[in-house]
Amino acid sequence: MFDLDKWQEIFSTIRKNRLRTVLTGFSVAWGIFMLVVLLGSGYGLENGVKREFQGDAVNYISINSGVTSTAYKGMKPGRRIRFTNEDRDILARINHVEKSSSRTFLFSDNNTISYKNEYGTFDIFAISPEYRYVESLTITNGRFLNNKDINDYRKSVVLGRLVYEALFKNKEEAVDKYVKISGVPFKVVGVYNDPGQDRDLLRVYIPVSTAQRVFNMGNYIRNVCLMLGGAGVEQSLQVVEDVKNKMSARHKFDPEDQRALFMFNSIQNYQQFMDLFAGIRLFIWIIGTGTIIAGIVGVSNIMMIVVKERTKEIGIRKALGATPWTIVSLILQESILITAFAGYIGLVSGVGLLELMSKVLPSHDYFANPEINLNIAIAATVLLVIAGAVAGYVPARKAATVKPVVALRDE
Amino acid sequence: MIKLNEINKTYNTGSNSLHVLKGVDLSIEKGELVSIMGSSGSGKSTLLNIIGMLDNYDSGDYFMNGERIYQMNEKKAAYYRNKFIGFVFQSFNLISFKNAMENVALPLYYQKVSRKKRNIKAMEYLERMGLAEWAHHLPNELSGGQKQRLAIARALISEPKVILADEPTGALDSTTSMEVMDLFHEINDLGITILIVTHERDIAAKTDRIIKLKDGIVDSIVANGERKKWLADQKMA
Repeated sequence: MFDLDKWQEIFSTIRKNRLRTVLTGFSVAWGIFMLVVLLGSGYGLENGVKREFQGDAVNYISINSGVTSTAYKGMKPGRRIRFTNEDRDILARINHVEKSSSRTFLFSDNNTISYKNEYGTFDIFAISPEYRYVESLTITNGRFLNNKDINDYRKSVVLGRLVYEALFKNKEEAVDKYVKISGVPFKVVGVYNDPGQDRDLLRVYIPVSTAQRVFNMGNYIRNVCLMLGGAGVEQSLQVVEDVKNKMSARHKFDPEDQRALFMFNSIQNYQQFMDLFAGIRLFIWIIGTGTIIAGIVGVSNIMMIVVKERTKEIGIRKALGATPWTIVSLILQESILITAFAGYIGLVSGVGLLELMSKVLPSHDYFANPEINLNIAIAATVLLVIAGAVAGYVPARKAATVKPVVALRDE
Repeated sequence: MIKLNEINKTYNTGSNSLHVLKGVDLSIEKGELVSIMGSSGSGKSTLLNIIGMLDNYDSGDYFMNGERIYQMNEKKAAYYRNKFIGFVFQSFNLISFKNAMENVALPLYYQKVSRKKRNIKAMEYLERMGLAEWAHHLPNELSGGQKQRLAIARALISEPKVILADEPTGALDSTTSMEVMDLFHEINDLGITILIVTHERDIAAKTDRIIKLKDGIVDSIVANGERKKWLADQKMA
């Protein structure tokens, strides 16, 4: 197949038919370019949203208490529902629940946190140790809160990375130092990081038991999170039902009351996003396939015109002793060379644009790291090259078998 | 060299069929310079195409160099065309995007001669045609006479046994036509058989033998000696 002379012949033909070459090449390069950009952007969108989820577990149900909106069993509407430690224990026993956590918080506006001369207001979350799994935290220094902190009412605190950076200006070791929360010294036991948003890092965690005791909160908590392990959407909905029934029985509110409980089902939410992405991916593929088909049609069209345009030349070549196969392979190799080269250019410029996008565009919440599966891009290029070859082959074969006298007559 | 027996050829164009050659008998010896004359539609170009294996015939026998040529496959036909036959056309049929040297060298490309060798040989032939200084010009930068000389150089480069010329002077003025004919004589002197299709009497008059076609059959063959008499007869008629 590799015959230097033939390539020289092909190159000289290409050189002398620039416009034709450019047009063929453009339709291929454009097709591949669009496909790469499209797939890459779709992937970027998906990446961005997935990153949003990265900060949190995707298998939990969060339950906040609210205010009743309907009368129920002789109770007036407008009654505030308050969870206690006991509620958590009850909810933890529901089927499919693997772990549970409780949470309450201190209002940050009157609760400053200070270390030496540095101070600031941050969110103060009073939690049980399991809460760590809800937020998918990564401990970078020290440890997270544990059951001993809870049981012994220890004044321990875990700082978010940004809290640490704000209070410990010269990056000194924070673990075992004391920070003051509303004037009460708490011992730093750890520092965490979170791949999610910055808001999650402007926060400190203290044991829920300590908070209830030190800041006079009784045994009230504001939120319970139930972690369901590998449960599916179906099971999570069942848990939601159970929670409603159990709480409505205990706190006497209408189970259909939309305002008595606020629940966030991350499993269902995640599934909805995943379904949305399946939809977007399908959509992108349909458009991508359309683009490729348009490219194929473009190449086919040009190849047919090329062969038509070259009928006379083919006749001359045949009169001079060219065999049909020489003719076919000349046209085919030219077509393959142009489409492969143009496809490569389209691929490189498409990937280049994606790179530029991820570098220059500000990192947006719902768009991150646009990239493309290189195998798909290469497969698409190869497909176009083959399509170009087939599109060239049919008319080339026809032209090559035409009797030279007919070809020569063609003006 | 070339022997035709009862050659028939019919063109089918849609519902019409046109019987162009109705049994042509012809024999051309090696080294002859022969012309084929006839009014348009007499089948002279068709005959030349059949002889040049550019077209098939329906029935009859055609022998070239002792071998029967009949509906041979494309590959073999390509080989014969390349080895035995050189073509010269009325419209030159040069490849427009190749320069003079590349055009002349093209038949050697199909003989798998290396680029360097075929370019050297092409230059030799261009020199013989007095076109050496035009070697790197494209065909459309050349005059009609130059183009035809280029086409002749291309026909000669593969050292064919036969040169088939279809109205080689049809697009040339009379002075250039005569120059081309002189060239054909020179080539003929080297022992190459030449067959020229023409409708110009003064061109035919410069050949050894005139084969007159009429309505698809050989009407008369005029040998060189009788030519003047035949021409006179034609004038009287």
